Parts: sequence; C-alpha cells; structure tokens
Amino acid sequence: MYGVQIAFRNFVATKGFWNSQWVGLSHFIRFFKSYYFWTLIRNTVAISVYSLVLGFPLPIILALALNEIKNGKFKKITQTVTYAPYFISVVVMCGMIIAFLSPTTGIVNKMLGLFGIEPIAFLSNSSMFRSIYVLSGVWQNTGWGSIIYLAALSGVSMELHEAAIVEGASRLQRIIHINIPHIVPTMTILLILSAGGIMSVGHEKILLLQNALNGETSEVISTYVYKVGLVNAQYSFSTAVGLFNSVVNLILLAIVNLFAAKVGETSLW
Amino acid sequence: MVKVSKEINRKNRSGSIIRETTGDKVLLAFAYCFLWFALIITLYPLIYVVSASISDPVYVNSGQMWLIPKGITFEGYKRLLDNNEIWIGYRNTIIYTIGGTLVSLFITLTCGYALSKKVLPGKGAFMVYLLITMFFSGGLIPSFIWIKRFNMLDTIWAVIIPGAASVWNIIITRTYIQTSIPAELEEAAVIDGCSTFHTFLRIILPLSAPIIAVMALFAGVGRWNSYFQEMIYLTSRTKFPLQVFLREQLIVAQMMQNASKDGVISGEAAITMAEQAKIADIIKYAIMIVATLPIIIVYPLLQRFFVKGIMIGSVKG
Repeated sequence: MYGVQIAFRNFVATKGFWNSQWVGLSHFIRFFKSYYFWTLIRNTVAISVYSLVLGFPLPIILALALNEIKNGKFKKITQTVTYAPYFISVVVMCGMIIAFLSPTTGIVNKMLGLFGIEPIAFLSNSSMFRSIYVLSGVWQNTGWGSIIYLAALSGVSMELHEAAIVEGASRLQRIIHINIPHIVPTMTILLILSAGGIMSVGHEKILLLQNALNGETSEVISTYVYKVGLVNAQYSFSTAVGLFNSVVNLILLAIVNLFAAKVGETSLW
Repeated sequence: MVKVSKEINRKNRSGSIIRETTGDKVLLAFAYCFLWFALIITLYPLIYVVSASISDPVYVNSGQMWLIPKGITFEGYKRLLDNNEIWIGYRNTIIYTIGGTLVSLFITLTCGYALSKKVLPGKGAFMVYLLITMFFSGGLIPSFIWIKRFNMLDTIWAVIIPGAASVWNIIITRTYIQTSIPAELEEAAVIDGCSTFHTFLRIILPLSAPIIAVMALFAGVGRWNSYFQEMIYLTSRTKFPLQVFLREQLIVAQMMQNASKDGVISGEAAITMAEQAKIADIIKYAIMIVATLPIIIVYPLLQRFFVKGIMIGSVKG
C-alpha cells in the first residue's frame, strides 16, 4: 500500500517510490478528462449491474426450489451438478465460451442453424459482450451461490412450518412468510457486498474474452489499469486510475451499508 | 405440537384429511421444472466437452456430434501427452499448489489463532490494519513494482507470496477458533504446563480440522486455477504453470483462428497460424478435461466440506 503514493508522483524506477517527483492530482485530472473516462465507467457499471440483476436472485430461487424438494436422490444430483462449474478455471471457462460460440465450428451456432438462423460471430460483436460475460458467470456461479441460502434455510424450524400447515397455509404462503424472511439477513449482507463492488469488474475473465472487435463494451477500469500500467508501462497514471476505483468502491460500500442499517437491521459493521 | 404434527404426517401419508391443494401441486411442479432446467443447462456443456474430447474433430466442428461421442478417437489426448510443455505446466502447477496452500495455511492458522486471543495486545489495531487491506489495496502496479524490487520476478515466490494471506480467511478462522473451541480447554492446557506453542500445536490444530480442510480447499483450488498473476510475474517458459499454457492453447490459438477466418490476418502468417490452429482444434477439448481432472477427482471427497465452510464463513466476523 506504501506504493500507492506513486499515484501522486511521476514514478521513475531509478529514483524509487519516495524520491520520484510529486505531481499532486495531475494523473487523476488527466484520467477524468480523458476520452475513455465515461466509456470505462459506463462499461464497468453496466456489466456489474447486469450481473447483479441476474446473478443475485437466481441462487435464491434455486435454493428455495431445492428446499421444497424432498426427493433425496434428485436433490443430491442437482446440487452436485450445479456446484461443479464453480471449480472450472477461468481459462478453461473462457476456452469453452470461445469454442461454443465460434461462428464456424461452435455448437451454439450449429443449433441456431437448425432454426434457420445465420451463424453469429458472438465475440466479435460488441453488443453481445455483456450478455456473454454475465450469462456465463451465472452458469458458473449460481449453484455455488445457492449453498449459503440453503444453509440458512436449513435453520428454519420444522415446527414453524407444521404450525402453518395446521393453520391451512399453502406452500407458497409458507415460502413467502417463513422461508424468505428467514434468509433476508443473508440476502442483505450479500447485497451490500456486491453493491460495494459495483465499480469493480475483475480483469481476469475479460482479458481472456476481449478482442479488438468487442473492445467498445468489454474495456472496463481494471483491464484499462492493466493495459496502461503493465503493457504501456505508465506506472503512475495506471495506479491513479486503480486508486480512484478503490476509493469509489469504498464510498459505495459505506453508503449502501448505511442505507441498509437505516432501513433494515442488518449491516456489515 | 410435535404430537399434532405426527398425526398430520400419518394422516397425510394415508392420504386423507390434509391433502395438498392444487396450488401447492402447481408450485411443486414449478420447482421441479426449474430444477430440471438448471440441471440440464449445467450438465449439457460439461457432457459436450467430455464427448467432444474423444470425438473426431470433423464431426465436432460440423455440429454432427452434439451429445454422444461420434467417431471415437483419442488423438487429442495422444497429442496432449506428447506435448512437453503441458507436462512442465502440470509439474509447476502441482509445486505451486502444494507450496502455496501450505504457506497460506500456515499464515491463516497462526494469524487466526493469535487474533482469537482476547489478551493479544493491540488486537484492535491489528484488525483494523487487516480490514483496510481487505477493501483497499495498492493495486496492480505498486504490487508489481514491489515484487520486482524484492527480486521475486520470475521466481516461485512471486506466485506463492502475494495473496498468501487472505484477510477474509483469517477472520473466518479466528471466528471458528473463538466459537467452537472452548477457552477452558486452553486454560487447562496452560495450567498443565503447556507453552503457547504447544497449545497451538496439540490443542488448537487438531480441533480445527474442519476449518483447515475448508481453507486448504479454497487455497488449493484458487492456486490451481489462477493464471493472471503467473502470467505477469513469470517470464521463463520452464516456470509457467498449466493455466498459462492453457491460455495459449485455448484462448490465443482460437482467437487467432477466428481472426484468420475473418480475414483480419492474411498471407504467410495466416498459414502458420492455421497450422497451429488445426492442432489446437484437435486438442482443445482434451486439454479442458486434463486441466480440470484433478479437481474433478477430489471434488466428491471435498463436497461435504462445502456447506460447512460456507456456513462458518457466513458467521459474522
């Protein structure tokens, strides 16, 4: 963290962290004024919000559905299978995405072909990048994300359900009035954490899926930091961009947390 | 209450008094539909990759193979086994995974234990210090410069040391030790003349087996699957882990292939690339299987720890 100070200096390797020239906020100002600034912000936020809208409710629905099922074997198989993709490495995952979506050999286009749809070059199309990124993420993480809700649901006492049955409550009523309230604290905590991360989209997966043709929507702050910093060796400027990102994240987290503490009873600290 | 419920259950089973209403049945049907959908959509790509890895690429690429292997061949695997770099990658990944997991366990357990003690001087300050790093890091470039300054570039240390200490894991471990190991046990050991070090070794460690398993799982899988850090910190090919080679084979090769077909790249470069791409085409599915195999093997063994690990993690730190 000591190294963060180079965001305010013109870092020169031979002079070291401490002796490089102090330039104040000029790197930040340059970034705010740069042509890329709004594109980067828009891409980053769009991808996060899209992921959040799909990726947040699906694990909850999966957990609630699994919780209703009493059939041991089917339940177990579904759990085992849906957790599995979480363990696939990001490189293999992206390899699969590229292979499946290939316009000439990919299975997705072959299937679309059955319906008479012309092959689509998914990854060369910047308007589809977000969907590819988010949907593959949903495919990989939904099962794993449901574990925490299942664990919370297992804490609902049977007596509560039995009492509700005696009172004539339907399954849906029991889900709405017993199960969902029980997992609300867990939901809140996870929502706070993901809202805090809305400005941070990881570079690892995007760098693997990125190409010149989808760059328009696939370039986010973290990939920009990597390119400007390590590829173009503009150390100080890149650090400033990264620092700006961290600060915004922290502020967002604090705001959402404050809001959650006011509205509900749950908060991080 | 319990008595009533038993009665309901019995009567329910005999199918008379309380029956599921139509609404309930519809809901249950919806739940089943949703789960079947989730199951199929998750399973299909996995089966496809397995089938494609042992099918003739001609059938795979033309879309004739869509579920059951067709024109069974092990050419992909054969070529893969002949590829020296894959073996180098495998060896390196195993070394990094074992080394990284051990270092990370050592740090997590010792820090977690120390922080679980109420008497630790300056504990609050330590916690704040750790939490700051959790939300706020120097970022990519300062980390890179530090690694360079410590002369760790292109060494195993650049892979193992950064990220060895995960604040999140330390907090989880601390919470686990605090909540599930009674303090009296430790006091008794001290009275019997156990030193702090021995208490840690003989009392805390054996009782922390579940959390150790979970932490080892997370650290191990993370190390096995990571590529980015290795890609930027390592420069000699003999030190590359599997994932970095995979990136070349799976991503770069395929991207080039698509690019050459789009006519972006042409001429002689396109011919050599097409040649490379052809090989990549044959081995790409086999490579996905081989790279994920170790995790597939340990997966059933570790599954029972998932829920436990996540449960402990969800306990507010």
